[in-house]
Amino acid sequence: LAHGGGGSAMRDLVEDVFVSAFAVHEEGQPLEDQARLSLAELMARGDRLAFTTDSFVVDPLEFAGGDIGKLAVCGTVNDLAVGGAVPVALSCAVVIEEGMAVATLRRIAASIARTAREAGVRVVTGDTKVVARGACDKLFITTSGVGVIRTGLDLGIARARPGDVVLINGPLGDHGAAIMAARGELAVSAPVASDCAPLNGLIGALLDAAPGTRLIRDATRGGLAAVLNEMAEASNIGVRVAESAIPIRPEVRGFCDLLGLDPLYLGNEGVAVAVVPPEQADAALAALRAHPLGVLAAAIGTATAERPGRVVMDTPFGGTRIVDMLVGDPLPRIC
Amino acid sequence: MTAGTVERWRVRVRGRVQGVGFRPHVHALAGRFGLTGWVLNDGEGVLLEGQGAATAAFRAALSADAPPLARIDAVEATRCPVQPDERGFAIRHSRSDGPVATGVAPDAAVCPACLSELFDPADRRYRYPFLNCTHCGPRYTITRRLPYDRPQTAMAGFPLCRACAAEYADPADRRFHAQPTACPDCGPRLSHPPEAILADLKAGRIVAVKGLGGFHLACDAADTQAVERLRRVKQRNGKPFALMVANAASAERFVHLGDGERALLEGTARPIVLLRRRDDAPFLAPGVAPGLAWLGVLLPYTPIHHLIFHEAAGRPAGTAWMEEPQPLALVMTSANPGGEPLAIGNAEARERLAGIADTIVDHDRPIVVRADDSVVRWLAGAPAFLRRGRGHVPEPIKLSRPVPPVLAVGGHLKATICVTRGDEAFLSQHIGDLDNLATLDFLEETVAHLLHVLGVEPVAVAHDRHPDFQSTRFAERMGLPTVAVQHHHAHVAAVLAEHGVGESALGLALDGFGLGMDGESWGGEMLLVEGGRAERLGHLARLAQPGGDLAARQPWRMAAAALVRMGRGDEIVSRLASHGPAEGVRRMIEGGVNAPPTSSCGRWFDAACGILGVRPVAGFEGEAPILLESLVRRPRLAPGAWRVADGVLDLTPLLERLLTVADAVEGAELFHGTLTAALIDWALPVLRGRGLRLIALSGGCLMNGVLAQGLAEGFAAAGIAALLPRKAPANDGGLSLGQAWVASLGL
Ligand SMILES: [Fe+3]
Ligand SMILES: [Mg+2]
Ligand SMILES: [Zn+2]
Ligand SMILES: [Zn+2]
Repeated sequence: LAHGGGGSAMRDLVEDVFVSAFAVHEEGQPLEDQARLSLAELMARGDRLAFTTDSFVVDPLEFAGGDIGKLAVCGTVNDLAVGGAVPVALSCAVVIEEGMAVATLRRIAASIARTAREAGVRVVTGDTKVVARGACDKLFITTSGVGVIRTGLDLGIARARPGDVVLINGPLGDHGAAIMAARGELAVSAPVASDCAPLNGLIGALLDAAPGTRLIRDATRGGLAAVLNEMAEASNIGVRVAESAIPIRPEVRGFCDLLGLDPLYLGNEGVAVAVVPPEQADAALAALRAHPLGVLAAAIGTATAERPGRVVMDTPFGGTRIVDMLVGDPLPRIC
Repeated sequence: MTAGTVERWRVRVRGRVQGVGFRPHVHALAGRFGLTGWVLNDGEGVLLEGQGAATAAFRAALSADAPPLARIDAVEATRCPVQPDERGFAIRHSRSDGPVATGVAPDAAVCPACLSELFDPADRRYRYPFLNCTHCGPRYTITRRLPYDRPQTAMAGFPLCRACAAEYADPADRRFHAQPTACPDCGPRLSHPPEAILADLKAGRIVAVKGLGGFHLACDAADTQAVERLRRVKQRNGKPFALMVANAASAERFVHLGDGERALLEGTARPIVLLRRRDDAPFLAPGVAPGLAWLGVLLPYTPIHHLIFHEAAGRPAGTAWMEEPQPLALVMTSANPGGEPLAIGNAEARERLAGIADTIVDHDRPIVVRADDSVVRWLAGAPAFLRRGRGHVPEPIKLSRPVPPVLAVGGHLKATICVTRGDEAFLSQHIGDLDNLATLDFLEETVAHLLHVLGVEPVAVAHDRHPDFQSTRFAERMGLPTVAVQHHHAHVAAVLAEHGVGESALGLALDGFGLGMDGESWGGEMLLVEGGRAERLGHLARLAQPGGDLAARQPWRMAAAALVRMGRGDEIVSRLASHGPAEGVRRMIEGGVNAPPTSSCGRWFDAACGILGVRPVAGFEGEAPILLESLVRRPRLAPGAWRVADGVLDLTPLLERLLTVADAVEGAELFHGTLTAALIDWALPVLRGRGLRLIALSGGCLMNGVLAQGLAEGFAAAGIAALLPRKAPANDGGLSLGQAWVASLGL
């Protein structure tokens, strides 16, 4: 494929692939430089706008259970949803390295469209750029999103109180394990599919059942450990979790046992951590379990007044383990 | 000065002079030399004034005839005006104001005089489990603050009865000002009589016994079921248990005992001594020290221990039975379930040891300071610590010169802390592994207590470079200037500090893992140390460490890494598949997935173990190399089975040689002998080239007696003095000392 000016063959092809997949313009409307959203429609759904953006780079682009396109939609949808917002519209900007296989691009574009449909959001505006070989690594995607926060909700990382119950909707580490397995170096097939999924439906059900929910976070980079530590610090509470209560698939555990990884630190793309007041914990857990993405939901611990800022895990051997945020990649510690 | 001239001298005595009968000693000397005056304890030690005609002889005898537990660091005497009307020699009240700069004595085993009373049916302390005197008994573990006086100790709640008060006040008595003194009328009480404890042990029960620095779990070492059950409930994997026997004569039935080892075993510190097992030893439950050629043995050190053995001997009168071999052998292991710190409180023990101990033997004398038993071995002609704790803490380590006050917080596993004061470094007791919350609390308590009893306000806090060690985080929270000291620099510096070396020296850190100055994984390092600085001159060849810390517990993974290094990665599956997911590990190594390269000597040991099939999957880190060492009878050399290039020592040919040995014993002997020779061959040209005559050896691999002894002898034969860790453990238990020394040199 030729490289160069605005009219190059690749450029046209890319426009074609993505614009058709995004369906950015309404039937019969001319294409403008911006998406236009009706304020009245938004205001009917809540009283605050939520707005977020994220860039996605992942190696490899496609993996068991997902690809970079699905990731880009889910990531932004979930960032809106964990704030209590109903996602409304996304933008999608794509940077493509010249020479990308067109078939791959088509699959990823289709995945974006499919995931957006599944999440009930529209990709209302977008952009594509093709850059010279080496100027980026295959494909980068940036998505931004707006959503509406329903009136009366107030979720915040600093809102956990002693006695609150910590819930998660599903097992840890599926995404991290799937990605590592998909990298060529290991040459093993994925033990599980990525959990990459839009969580807005699940979170909506949770908030209906437990309107007093204090906070929700998705446990992406840094894993569950990072979320628990952020919340312990911001809320000035201790967090005590039970290792035996944390759901982890046996395949992921086996994979971690091979690689020497700790599932608490593996990234997830479909795991939400919710903190709810104790009196709403049962209802919240039931609501999670009733949703297809929460079948394995569990109450994994509680917020405590003791040891603010610290996350501690009770081990099955009757000991305690400090679960800390790591400064960088996990380093050995045994001397 | 002529005899007969009356003079008055004010004398300041520094060192370990409190709680060891020093004031009675002074009082007795004053009586002997006809002096008037007074003596008192204060924050700096002992202060006295003596007046009379024989003050010179008196001053000479102060040090010369000092009591057994005293250690005198300095005597400063100045003349002062004679006080003509003075009568008698008084022991004055302690002054608790002013700077605190004196030592607290470590705990000491029951002395012979107290033992005679303990087993004398006519004595009022016959079979009393808490007798002690100024020459023995609890010290550091009952001391809340200084000066060391009864109200400042765990004995505060036990007012002396008339008989004890009379002894306490009688300058001629062994218990004159013995702060923890007690008798059946006024002292602490034991929850169970010795006969009941023995009956439980004989019935196969696990008994928790409150000791000096914490609770022990005890059972009959000849009872296979009891030992297995203890192993199970304590989640102990394969770690060996220590054995308590009545005396050295009993120990000799189980182990070989050299003179130095006997002295260690019988010394007042009463550590666990690692001793070579006899082939013809009487029966012991296999679970005591599975597969090991050594046994950790200790002798009784509290009256409670002695009473159990006394009961087992049939409760004989007198102490003659104590010279005879006794059949009873007890497993004695610290009561710290799940890797938590030792239990010390009665309520805590009932809660934490429920479901572990069948009986809990406690008493009403609180333990103030938690301290595990010390563990030592006799190594290349002198003792060396494997763990430093009860009986040795807070004995200071003398430095070559005074330094600014610094706190050092050690590493992550086997943590200790260290505080410098003047020309002394105070290394704490073994604290433990800091992944555990309760252990981290123990670290924080230890920092507070040690700084408090020493009266030190540190100007800086030293820590490891590893950002994710809990000790590093703690250091950062202290609000003091911090000094990051590279792990292996600290290992080497610890040896230089305790040996008082001020000059430049070469150091070999033969270790498991430490974060290097370049952010890489280090552990087999040749460092040039000059003052507070270190330069890396070389290292061992790097092996991939597939799975990070996991590889330290699964030596077969390191064998796989070694095979890849040999270019024989295709043999991994055929050779190692019975130990674990060999194909996956091969891919991790070849693909570089969570397989960081490391120059660690410990991992080379693991690789050898993996190749030889010695504990390819270990129950605890270090288990496989310990077993490997245990196989060695006589180290052997595989000539030329190593390469040195550009400062890098490559042992790959040695491991290739191990692939061809007849059995693990041959392999273990070849590995030890050849590694030793290779290390010497690597270091000697550097030493000679730089005109250095000292080499400091440190790091966890120096816990290996065969290696340590071989290196010491080999370097000595080449005219190089090899300094071994002696007063601090070679492993990470000694790191804080090195950190403190490096940090204080830079201030
Ligand atoms: Fe180390
Ligand atoms: Mg984001
Ligand atoms: Zn005594
Ligand atoms: Zn009494």
